[in-house]
Amino acid sequence: MASVVPRPHYPDYSTAAPVNHHFSPYADNGGSIVAIAGDDYVVIGGDTRLSTGFQIYTRQQSKLFSLSKTTVLGCAGCWCDTLTLTRLLSARMQMYEQEHNKVMSTPAAAQMLSTVLYYKRFFPYYISNMLVGLDNDGKGCVYSYDPIGHCERSNYRAGGSAGALLQPLLDNQVGMKNMQNIKDESIPLERALAIIKDVFVSAAERDIYTGDGIHINIITKDGIKSDSFPLRKD
Amino acid sequence: MAMVLAPEIPESGFSFENCKRNADLTKKGFAVPKATKTGTTIVGIIYKDGVILGADTRATEDTTVADKNCMKIHYLAANMYCCGAGTAADTEKTNAMIASQLELHRLNTNRVVPVVTANQMLRQYLFRYQGYIGAALILGGVDNTGPHIYSIFPHGSTDKLPYATMGSGSLAAMAVFESRWKPNLTEEEGKQVVRDAIAAGIFNDLGSGSNVDLCVIRKGSVDYLRTYDEANKKGVRQASYRYPKGTTAVLSTKVKNVVVEEVSVRHIEEMDTSS
Repeated sequence: MASVVPRPHYPDYSTAAPVNHHFSPYADNGGSIVAIAGDDYVVIGGDTRLSTGFQIYTRQQSKLFSLSKTTVLGCAGCWCDTLTLTRLLSARMQMYEQEHNKVMSTPAAAQMLSTVLYYKRFFPYYISNMLVGLDNDGKGCVYSYDPIGHCERSNYRAGGSAGALLQPLLDNQVGMKNMQNIKDESIPLERALAIIKDVFVSAAERDIYTGDGIHINIITKDGIKSDSFPLRKD
Repeated sequence: MAMVLAPEIPESGFSFENCKRNADLTKKGFAVPKATKTGTTIVGIIYKDGVILGADTRATEDTTVADKNCMKIHYLAANMYCCGAGTAADTEKTNAMIASQLELHRLNTNRVVPVVTANQMLRQYLFRYQGYIGAALILGGVDNTGPHIYSIFPHGSTDKLPYATMGSGSLAAMAVFESRWKPNLTEEEGKQVVRDAIAAGIFNDLGSGSNVDLCVIRKGSVDYLRTYDEANKKGVRQASYRYPKGTTAVLSTKVKNVVVEEVSVRHIEEMDTSS
């Protein structure tokens, strides 16, 4: 018969108790969004890589969703939440149009998104949202959100997995921060487009969740134009 | 001058003196700093005349790229190299330490050190630390008994294989080997298969990236092919980001002249290199 040897207990050398794994309804599918607004335009770019952990799901998934002819939403984060949220928003856009016989304005859509997000305060959509468009005066505007509905209007913004990497660059190059003897005027559309492409080139160098390509939407009073640009694929 | 904290001859082995303090700090909510990992693709194959090792060159800290062109194929001996995946510091230091022991062994025995010896030293060292030294290695070399590839796991187990892959991109790389490796590949075929295996890791595994490094080891000669292939070209910038003069604020200016107190010229005797 095997005798039971009592095991000594050394608290300094004890290991963690067995971990109980729970199902998580969230996934982080990465991706970055950058938007720049000007006097009569707004540009938004999102990378086209959809990934999880160290794996790539696809290299060609646009993260931009047009809600109307003057409003585009960019989403990075949990892709299944993005699908659900954008479906809900386009339904709400349609209901508004049929009820009021006009298309919802960008500032109104921005307020609606905030309300929709806060409705899920304790089971949020895990997305960094960026809503862009032209306001009621035809000026470009960028609304950025946290996952539970905090909303802020600005002229430029970076969000998603490389957001913290890119925002200081935009502060300097678009917001003209920390510079002397320069004119602080809104930048032309061509410059904004070049900056968006360039910051994504930089993000693809250092953020493993940003790469493959970018999809860009340019919104002016004439409508939405699309552009794309390749990035490194590693 | 020797001090308690910095003795002239430190005690051999690791110092564990901060373990208890760090455990207490962690318990109080201190966030432990993370080590740099080489989320990696490393491979090795045996071909007709020797072995070929391959590695990508990305080092990551969590989700950001820490080093875009690091070296993961380490020197062990004149006839042996070793690829490292896992904790960057562990792979580098483990290989450096074993390399010096192998050189001493070679001088003592006056023979080309067999690859099994390096394998045995690495596995015994890693097993002693029960996996806490996070080094996953692919050891390759050629000795008097022929070419050898070993894959060595952090806990100290090893496999002797004709082709091996390790790291987070190991599955992508192994997929290439399983379809294309065969015995007695020529050097050109072998280099192409290894390049393609590393490229599979670079493109399909987010932890691996940048360039392909190769190392071809034959009997009596080694080719270390640093940046054998640049799998990814960096994007070209569209705009200029040069700042005009006067953009940066100058907060204060002060000029201080250097006072020359004394001038002296020393002549240095040439080192004796005759023997």
